[in-house]
Amino acid sequence: MELINLLNHTSEWLKGTGPNADIVISSRIRLARNLDKVAFPHWADKKHGKETLAAITEKVKKIDSLQGITVFLLAEMDSVDKQFFVERHLMSLEHAQKTDNKAVAIDEEEVLSIMINEEDHIRMQVMQSGFNLFEAWNIANRIDDFLNKELDIAYSQDWGYLTACPTNTGTGMRGSVMLHLPALVMTRQIDRVLAAIAKLSFTTRGLYGEGTQASGNFFQVSNQVSLGHSEEEIIENINGLIRQIIEQENQARDLLLSRNRAMLEDRVNRSLGILKSARIISSQETIELLSMIRLGNDLEILKEISRRQINELFILTQPAHLQKIENKKLSSMERDIKRAELIRKRLNLIL
Amino acid sequence: MLCDICGKNQATVHLTEIVDEQMNELHLCEECARKKSIEMEQQFGLSDLLAGMAEFEKPGSEVEGAATAKCPNCGLTYADFKKIGRLGCGECYVVFKRYLAPLLKRIHGSLNHIGKGPAVKGRRMSKKKAELEELRSKLQAAIAREAFEEAARLRDQIKELEKKEQDGTY
Repeated sequence: MELINLLNHTSEWLKGTGPNADIVISSRIRLARNLDKVAFPHWADKKHGKETLAAITEKVKKIDSLQGITVFLLAEMDSVDKQFFVERHLMSLEHAQKTDNKAVAIDEEEVLSIMINEEDHIRMQVMQSGFNLFEAWNIANRIDDFLNKELDIAYSQDWGYLTACPTNTGTGMRGSVMLHLPALVMTRQIDRVLAAIAKLSFTTRGLYGEGTQASGNFFQVSNQVSLGHSEEEIIENINGLIRQIIEQENQARDLLLSRNRAMLEDRVNRSLGILKSARIISSQETIELLSMIRLGNDLEILKEISRRQINELFILTQPAHLQKIENKKLSSMERDIKRAELIRKRLNLIL
Repeated sequence: MLCDICGKNQATVHLTEIVDEQMNELHLCEECARKKSIEMEQQFGLSDLLAGMAEFEKPGSEVEGAATAKCPNCGLTYADFKKIGRLGCGECYVVFKRYLAPLLKRIHGSLNHIGKGPAVKGRRMSKKKAELEELRSKLQAAIAREAFEEAARLRDQIKELEKKEQDGTY
């Protein structure tokens, strides 16, 4: 598989399908694993890093439960390609920074991504569209069983999977759900909801994970505790919380529709107006306006566009994606112009 | 009711804490409550959270000597860990076990892995783990319905079981 082919492909997490796909963008299961008695990536010298990379790569290529697994070596990727993967949620920002002996393996459908030599030797991630953590876990669990059999994994009877950072010890699992909560933000209830999430030992992050700001009303909720509960229990706990947040967002949406319909229609259509006519637009403004389009579509204020078309705009307007489409490096101003052009073309065709 | 800390303002924030089997209620005015929460936040500062937590050990306990302990497999010392917040290899968990146990307990609220493992097909849970697990879920339920006395009782049962487990008398 060539990286450039991904440009015309819609990642699994952007398909806009699956349960509660109006409010839940995607569900993700991440597993952290390490080789037994081998220094963790940050502590390993180059020789060991290289050996680890080779040993894991060999086994990863043998995974046969998913189609077309390709391993990309980070040392062979340029900065735009790396950012392209980050924007598609196929790897972390941290992984893209230092590239020695690092790789990322993905399957054709972009359901699976395995980062090799990130914070841990193996960081496996499985994505699903909509509210579907259990399905993501089932897929991840099968692949993990295979790797557990093929590799000598660091594990203790008492403390479970041993990870570089003690916050991941135990199951090594992090379940995350990406939510779109515009109505809770507009009705100013979001702070209360975020505070409640924190109180229950869950974390919220922005669109691009650790250390990123929430933007365009997107929030990623994940579990903090990984030791002392089984994988199923952890997922059930996240699901319970997410169900409540969905309920609250739906109530806020109903409230806006019944009390402030004119205001809501105004904001959705103004956003559409700007997107259809702007000549220069930043990615931040794009995300915020598209968030309103998505809400308008969910509430049937804008019916002609599909959820998938909106999701595709989110990803194609990201900096590295624009540069891949144009097939050259673009300055920030050039990107803002190309971005506005792409959005205008696409939206004027549909709406 | 006046604030328990400043004794001047009307108390509007009410906290319940259980310390050494004693249930204490704190009644605070808004200002003192804010100060107390800032104090707590600073204690658990977000920057070097882990390093900070590793520092938290009780003075005078066997944790002394921790700084010079060194993993024979990868060469990482406990002092290194406190500085970078990351362990060096899986063996570090064995070498630094007694220093890491309180840290893991604080992060996860547990020292017993219950999920899957490499050699195990599906899930297998020992009787001891199952019993502890049941008590823990009862404890959570008790806290959720604010039955604090029952919660304290359950917490003590859990503590006792965990202690037995550590002493090997279970």
